[in-house]
Amino acid sequence: MKLKSIIIALVVITATISFSSFQPKPDVMERGKKLYQSECLACHQADGRGVSRLAPTLIKTPWVLGDKKTLIDIVLNGVSGLEVEGEIFYNPMPDHSRLSDKEIADVLTFVRNSFGNKASAVSADEVKQRRLAKKK
Amino acid sequence: MKYLQLSRNAALAALSLVATISFAKENDPPTKKLADEIKNAGLTLPKGFSAESVVDSMGAVRHIVVDKSGILYAKLERRRVANGWTGVRALQLNGNAKATELSGFGDYTGTGILIKNNYLYASSNSEVFRYKLVDGKVQNPNQPEVIVTGLIDKRQHASKSIAIDDADNLYVNIGAPSNVCQERDRVKGSPGMTPCPILDSAGGIWKFSASKQKQSYAEGKRYATGLRNVVGLDWNSKENALYVTVHGRDMLFQHFPEMFDQKLGAELPAETMYKLKEGDNAGWPYAFWDQGQKKYILSPEYGGDGKKEPSQKFTPPVMDFPGHLAPNALLFYTGNMFPERYKNGAFIAFRGSWNRAPEPQSGYFIVFVPFEKGKPTGKWEIFAEGFKGKELIINPNDALYRPCGLAQGPDGSLYISEDNKGKIWRVTYSGQ
Repeated sequence: MKLKSIIIALVVITATISFSSFQPKPDVMERGKKLYQSECLACHQADGRGVSRLAPTLIKTPWVLGDKKTLIDIVLNGVSGLEVEGEIFYNPMPDHSRLSDKEIADVLTFVRNSFGNKASAVSADEVKQRRLAKKK
Repeated sequence: MKYLQLSRNAALAALSLVATISFAKENDPPTKKLADEIKNAGLTLPKGFSAESVVDSMGAVRHIVVDKSGILYAKLERRRVANGWTGVRALQLNGNAKATELSGFGDYTGTGILIKNNYLYASSNSEVFRYKLVDGKVQNPNQPEVIVTGLIDKRQHASKSIAIDDADNLYVNIGAPSNVCQERDRVKGSPGMTPCPILDSAGGIWKFSASKQKQSYAEGKRYATGLRNVVGLDWNSKENALYVTVHGRDMLFQHFPEMFDQKLGAELPAETMYKLKEGDNAGWPYAFWDQGQKKYILSPEYGGDGKKEPSQKFTPPVMDFPGHLAPNALLFYTGNMFPERYKNGAFIAFRGSWNRAPEPQSGYFIVFVPFEKGKPTGKWEIFAEGFKGKELIINPNDALYRPCGLAQGPDGSLYISEDNKGKIWRVTYSGQ
């Protein structure tokens, strides 16, 4: 019984590790990059570092690399008055709900795996769930 | 074609400037080169001018003012969540030597600061305070009079720049908390609102008494409208008129790539300078000034196609500049130290762009506009540069210094402040 739980635990850990080291597909990254350029670059800039006072960095911050729900919600609903790691930002982030679930998934996967970031992909289904949760 | 001409002229000017600088530098021995750089504290200035740093890193210094007693007051902006933070700093100037700090007070963020009739005025993002000065020193740092209160502060374009005329009137910029008054701010495809409800309480200059306490919208008056976000403003006593510099709208290329390509989106709309009369309207959000065509163009959010003109007449600017350069301070020079052509002309501090990406960023310099009888007599010219710290800026965070404030010293020297590190320069003219 004890051995069984240990095996299950090991399987879960291995699965988690391999999931987090998952490499996003090149076509997802390519589509995500194009979307980043048209939707995000103006404020977060070509290098993802953002602009002080206006738009926060996307690099190695829990807002991007942490809970995907929070990240998806920011893209779907927009946000203003955000304080990121103690820094105050003055410009609001507009909502991007006009983008499809797949487009949001692609661009967030790109952001989570660019500029030195490395994190699991975002799926269209995860975006869909957040969109449904918003409507409730 | 006009843009091409504009950029060609700019390129030629830049080239000749670079040629002049490199010519001078190449012929100087390396030690002299270094000495020169230190001498002008990193700035490049016209012949006969020199600069010294009086403070190196005081924080996010926005506007500055120098009292006749030789005390400099700086208004600082709060950039991080922190305790024990001060928003106004007083410095004793010591000529070309480093200044010594006298005091710090006021726990509010903000941009505006000025001295009039022995009072120091400073603004938060929703109020204007004043402090009595005796021999240039603030008497009541913890009990200022509250002159104006309750102005809207929604973070975006929240800074309240101030000017006072010679008849005890206070002019306050109330920037529009919006890019172009869309139903959903900055959302691609969201239409502009008609009439724009923001204009009732922002997007213009409001006029108040400079000496009555606790005024708000009810006691004030909208002096001029259609101004998206004014950060530089100055009362020109000689012309008895208010002049302002405006930050134009963002996102023409990003939201309307079918009308504006990447280069045009970086150049448009113009950053503008106005001489304002009561009742003037500068067009925001319905139209923007196109510096190539020298006319107002209907905003695409309001049915524009990049060419159509608005049906309403708007006040034309007195001077226009390339897009997104962020004119953050305006100062009419009235001193006697600089050569005659600078007298009554305008200095403008450009904090530098962010909305020109993916094109390289631009600005980060001090401009001079020659004036006669209240009108520009020629095109704008770069007066001081070298703030960027490197030639090519892609991300504005890479600019070393971001010019933001200007002040005239009692001897006619010019003080320049910047809000990235908080450096302040003193620029003097000796003709040498």
